[in-house]
Amino acid sequence: MIVYISGILIAGGLFFFLVGSIGMIRLPDFYSRLQAAGIIDTMGLLLSMSGLAILALNEFTLGNFLSALKIIFIVVFVFLTGPTATHAIVDAGIRAGLKPWQKK
Amino acid sequence: MKTKQRIITFCITFSILFLFWVIFSGKFDLFHLSLGIFSCLLVSWVTSDFLIVTSDISRFIRLFMGFTLYIPWLIWQIVLSTIHMIPIIFSPDIHNKINPKIIKIKSKMRDNVGLVTFANSITLTPGTITVVLNTYGDMAVHAIDDECANSLPGDMGKKVEALFRD
Repeated sequence: MIVYISGILIAGGLFFFLVGSIGMIRLPDFYSRLQAAGIIDTMGLLLSMSGLAILALNEFTLGNFLSALKIIFIVVFVFLTGPTATHAIVDAGIRAGLKPWQKK
Repeated sequence: MKTKQRIITFCITFSILFLFWVIFSGKFDLFHLSLGIFSCLLVSWVTSDFLIVTSDISRFIRLFMGFTLYIPWLIWQIVLSTIHMIPIIFSPDIHNKINPKIIKIKSKMRDNVGLVTFANSITLTPGTITVVLNTYGDMAVHAIDDECANSLPGDMGKKVEALFRD
């Protein structure tokens, strides 16, 4: 049962990885491509990592519980550092004078 | 800072650090635990002033409780705005669907941690990225379409302001 739940979650995560990648190719400029990258490191990561954490709990022992907890910490730390890195990249783009794409 | 205050901060920092040590090491024999106690004592002796900067502990606890309620709500917002982004990305006429612009918003908060939390929450939500933030609460946000632009500061701003109210 747990295997199926985690399989669905991981598949959902992979779907959002795909959506983010397609968005990174299709969107017109640097800034809007970063928006698509945002999908990857929020929804994609959240779903696939929670799927893996549930899969790690398939057989409940202390070691498995700790590995699941570590997987959750990956999400927490990426949620803290991801936006900061995105902000640094956007700030560098603005300082370098790159103009955002605008609708004609 | 008063001595009693210092001791409380030291103890809280030490407990948090040691909890993380136990989780990450996963070994409970005397050797690893004593190494952990030694290094956590050293680190919390050096850095206990940095982790808990606020002078009253009750505010720290209240912030912690507030965050546990705020994070599920933020994840729900991330889900909603991701669902909003999917049809945009797959639409054949993508250049007409999007309307990227940089909007300026102002937050009434003066708390630095609160402002950073708000800016990070905006960046985490797909469709909006914080470009500029200063200590006076002026922000510039890159939004991918009109709906994302109109949703700011909105509920998220109110929630973070309520969280960091003194």
